[in-house]
Amino acid sequence: MTGGRGRRLAIALPYLWLLVFFALPFALVAKLSLSHTVLAMPPYAPRLDPSRGLAGVGEFLHGLSFTTYARLGSDRLYVAAYLSSLRFAAIATAILLVIGYPIAYGMSRFGPRAREALVMAVILPFWTSFLIRIYAWIAILKPAGLLNQALDLVHLAPLDLLDTNTAVIIGMVYAYLPFMVLPLYAVLEKQDASLIEAARDLGCTATQAFWRVTFPLSLPGVGAGCLLCFIPMVGEFVIPDLLGGSRTLMLGRTIWTEFFADRDWPAASAVAIVLLATLAIPIALFQRQQAKVLS
Amino acid sequence: MTTSGGKSPLVRIEGVTKRFGEVTAVDGVSLHIDEGEFFALLGPSGCGKTTLMRMLAGFEAPDGGRILLNGQDMAGLPPHQRPTSMMFQSYALFPHLSVEQNIAFGLARQGWARAAIGPRVEEMLSLVRLEGLNRRKPSQLSGGQAQRVALARALAPGPRILLLDEPLAALDRKLREETQLELRALQRRLGVTFLVVTHDQDEAMVMADRIAVMRAGTIAQVGPPKAVYERPASRYVAEFLGEANLFEHGAGWRLVRPEKMSISPVPSPGALQGDVAEVAYFGDRTRYIVEVDGKALLVSRANVGGPLPFQAGDAAWVTYAPEAAVDLAS
Repeated sequence: MTGGRGRRLAIALPYLWLLVFFALPFALVAKLSLSHTVLAMPPYAPRLDPSRGLAGVGEFLHGLSFTTYARLGSDRLYVAAYLSSLRFAAIATAILLVIGYPIAYGMSRFGPRAREALVMAVILPFWTSFLIRIYAWIAILKPAGLLNQALDLVHLAPLDLLDTNTAVIIGMVYAYLPFMVLPLYAVLEKQDASLIEAARDLGCTATQAFWRVTFPLSLPGVGAGCLLCFIPMVGEFVIPDLLGGSRTLMLGRTIWTEFFADRDWPAASAVAIVLLATLAIPIALFQRQQAKVLS
Repeated sequence: MTTSGGKSPLVRIEGVTKRFGEVTAVDGVSLHIDEGEFFALLGPSGCGKTTLMRMLAGFEAPDGGRILLNGQDMAGLPPHQRPTSMMFQSYALFPHLSVEQNIAFGLARQGWARAAIGPRVEEMLSLVRLEGLNRRKPSQLSGGQAQRVALARALAPGPRILLLDEPLAALDRKLREETQLELRALQRRLGVTFLVVTHDQDEAMVMADRIAVMRAGTIAQVGPPKAVYERPASRYVAEFLGEANLFEHGAGWRLVRPEKMSISPVPSPGALQGDVAEVAYFGDRTRYIVEVDGKALLVSRANVGGPLPFQAGDAAWVTYAPEAAVDLAS
């Protein structure tokens, strides 16, 4: 019987973890998104008063409403922030794929020893704090920064990149590159080299063999890499905040502004919930595709 | 020693050498393979047989010598421009494509008309007796089915020569023996030249018109199975192909195959006296190991009237007819 209990405990622990650190905060945010702002501390209502028993619960539930969501739909600023965030993430993901695929492909063609070193090189940036690495980009992109010094050396006109949307894209591509390269590398490295030889033998040029065999077989990696980058980039806050300009519109910043500047906790929560719901669609698609590949 | 019967050589390999760093994988090999022939490259792993085949397919370039296919020098020609097809040891079926898409893969690339591809795929499926499996994915096939899809895919574009890399190695014993005969029959029916690489002597003997026995990057002997088995050119070939009793004979060796030895419980003139060390019963035959002057001799007898009543420890006299012996120079 102890074995059965041990097993149940082993299963229960991660679920308990998820309950405490994911489900409860999520429920809290969902509840907040259905509240409305008041001039108080904390700045929202209704609040559940447990001392009043069932009557309190009823009153509390009655006080919740979807008005904040209606406001999100009608306010052009929120819609624009959503679209802009999706656009930023999509552009950066596309660039990441174009840069990351050749890197992963090249890595997978090396010998086993060299491959280990190359994987290490991809992971190495994680040894430095993310924040410091993004600050370093400020030093590179600022008007008298490293980039413009280098351009000056070769007598090219300086670029004014810091605090622009371009800088945000550069920062995101830089920061998320390992998340694109590693899943791609994982599928490409496993690929049986004789499949390419078979394609070549059956009449494909090297390019045709790539597009007809290597690439289709790497699609699970492409999907994994794109989603691993796209999903967190939509809600990215630090990079647009540090590298973007005042007109860079992204959801992470919108949530921050609502929460801390406007003290509109319900709006911030509703934006976060809609973001999660939007991203649930690609996540579900991805999992369906992975299940199909595995079967 | 050819069986060409007036046919022209399809493949000419002339002094071909291939080095990988310090290692010489293929060392000045010359061979010819006739049109319509079933040719086997036989040797232990690392003897260079696969490298030689890969040079023919165009996956490796020779460091020296040349390869002529149908009179044309193959140097610098990439795999997709050669009239060869390869069946890979792992089968290398495209996992993302169905059986019919796998078989059609080479057809579209090699300029078959769209309307001709469908019928050709069906023809190939019936050739390897896999009708109706068109839409299966490779992961849904048994080992034997995958092997036949690989064969159909390689044959579909109509290659001048089919290269088979250890085609039966992944099959279990019974299926392997059936498939040997099937491959042989298929090759006869199609008349396509087959070059098979194998380390399995039975496979080479059953299927091939001619065998090239390879050793450390060189050809030890080429000939029809019977000639190579009965008249091996060296001790290496004698021992690699079948079992061998070797007696020192002048500067070289005298070979007597175990099935050409006779064993008797009573002495006879010229017979060697020894003790039976081991009796191994194989069903169709029995193998006796007889110790003669500290040397183990193999005697193999067909169990026509049941095995002989020998047991380990019995005294025995072994002998062979003079015409059964082959003298080897090396």
